[in-house]
Amino acid sequence: MIPAAFDYHRPGTLDEAVKLLSSHGDKAKVLSGGMSLLPMLKLRLASFAHLVDIGRIPGLDYIKEEGGFLKIGAMTRQAALERSELVRTRYLILADAVPLIADPLVRNRGTLGGNVANGDPGNDQPAIMLALGATFVARGPKGERSVPAGQFYKGLYSTALAPNEILTEVRIPAPPPRSGGAYAKLKRKTGDFAVAAAAVQLTLDGKGAVERAAIALTNAGLTPVEAADAAKYLVGKKPDEKTIAEASRMAAAKSSPSADRRGSVEYKKEMARVLTARALLKAVQRAGGK
Amino acid sequence: MAKHKISVTVNGAAREAEVESRLLLVHLIREVFRMTGTHVGCDTSHCGACTVILDGNPVKSCTVLAVQADGSKITTVEGLEQAGKLHPVQEGFTEKHGLQCGFCTPGMLMTTSALLERNKNPSEQQIREAISGNLCRCTGYVNIVKAVQYAAEKMR
Ligand SMILES: Cc1cc2nc3c(=O)[nH]c(=O)nc-3n(C[C@H](O)[C@H](O)[C@H](O)COP(=O)(O)OP(=O)(O)OC[C@H]3O[C@@H](n4cnc5c(N)ncnc54)[C@H](O)[C@@H]3O)c2cc1C
Ligand code: FES
Ligand code: FES
Repeated sequence: MIPAAFDYHRPGTLDEAVKLLSSHGDKAKVLSGGMSLLPMLKLRLASFAHLVDIGRIPGLDYIKEEGGFLKIGAMTRQAALERSELVRTRYLILADAVPLIADPLVRNRGTLGGNVANGDPGNDQPAIMLALGATFVARGPKGERSVPAGQFYKGLYSTALAPNEILTEVRIPAPPPRSGGAYAKLKRKTGDFAVAAAAVQLTLDGKGAVERAAIALTNAGLTPVEAADAAKYLVGKKPDEKTIAEASRMAAAKSSPSADRRGSVEYKKEMARVLTARALLKAVQRAGGK
Repeated sequence: MAKHKISVTVNGAAREAEVESRLLLVHLIREVFRMTGTHVGCDTSHCGACTVILDGNPVKSCTVLAVQADGSKITTVEGLEQAGKLHPVQEGFTEKHGLQCGFCTPGMLMTTSALLERNKNPSEQQIREAISGNLCRCTGYVNIVKAVQYAAEKMR
């Protein structure tokens, strides 16, 4: 299928891109890897008079640790994350998730920036960024600003970004010692969005009790869902079987999925519980606990 | 709407075209360049029949704009054969019966030839992962895996 007609722009710098976006207002849309946007345009679920391709703007494609943060440029492809030694050894929650996103061909184009800026609750990386306590850096007409992932998701396809703002970097606090993270996703087949999925990042104290934790769910409502109560419940406790079971139950209670071909509301909530438990267990093991 | 003048290298040959913004890469290849080896199998970016190699990476050409490929190197299934000699993956698919109707085959060939560029000795699991974005409704994949293993051996 063929998208409705639009004008294509390929700015060479961020400033130029912001100018273009500002002059066309909500008639313009950022294009990065196109793996979410182009299918929507082809199915004519959306149309924009102007696409601003940020794919050739230099300096938006990097993965580096710096000043206590993992910094990932918005144009970093999923395939680059998948191959990154740094991600594979230090950020296992991401290493778990990337191979479960779409398929290898789509991951050769799709970017991290596009995944987190899309605002679709089916995307996997928003919940991960909530669990990791990430910050999104955006460039607009007034310069740069940072938005915590926890304040970024406003509703279905609605984020804190203005139409003339461009996400440039995702900044993840480097985890302290005795930390572990995991992502558990249930899907029907390769290339499917999650029936349910859970992202967990936690840190243990010297005695093996949970010092801090964050839990977030994918496809569990109109936005990614942070299960703050469940995370708080864990703090100060030994993450044994009973504690994990209770936290998972609390997290699943926060999810409000809708019924579709992936299953009923009851099934999805139950899967959110099971997947939270699995992610918690793995995260605890990775943090060096039992 | 303004048209864009683009230049690409397709199977080693420099090509130019004037395209509408919304023209998809697969249509540039099939309808403008008249190379119909690359197939369209779905409308939802799922099947991988349209796979081409774009600057070294296999991608779904139905989900890339032709203008996005401006300045890029593209390899299509027509570019696999060199000087009348089939590429090892083409030979493998022939020898191991890696196709039935053949609709998915151009995409499979592009994905697996790119895999073998990166990994000379892929395990069965790695082959299956690599082709997980390419759907085949006929073969059940068993012979496709054998075809790729055959090609890998030939290339070592
Ligand atoms: C077959 C298939 C299966 C898929 N399966 C999954 C899956 O399992 N899980 C999953 O999470 N995703 C999945 N996806 C979606 C897609 O792969 C990812 O969401 C991808 O990472 C999106 O990135 P992109 O660069 O392609 O975004 P684009 O499509 O270019 O953009 C997506 C949206 O984000 C905006 N945007 C992009 N970059 C920026 C930026 N830097 N600043 C501001 N706004 C920006 C765009 O305007 C657009 O609204 C699938 C896609 C396909 C085709
Ligand atoms: S035609 Fe099916 S993925 Fe491109
Ligand atoms: S051979 Fe028929 S679809 Fe693969």
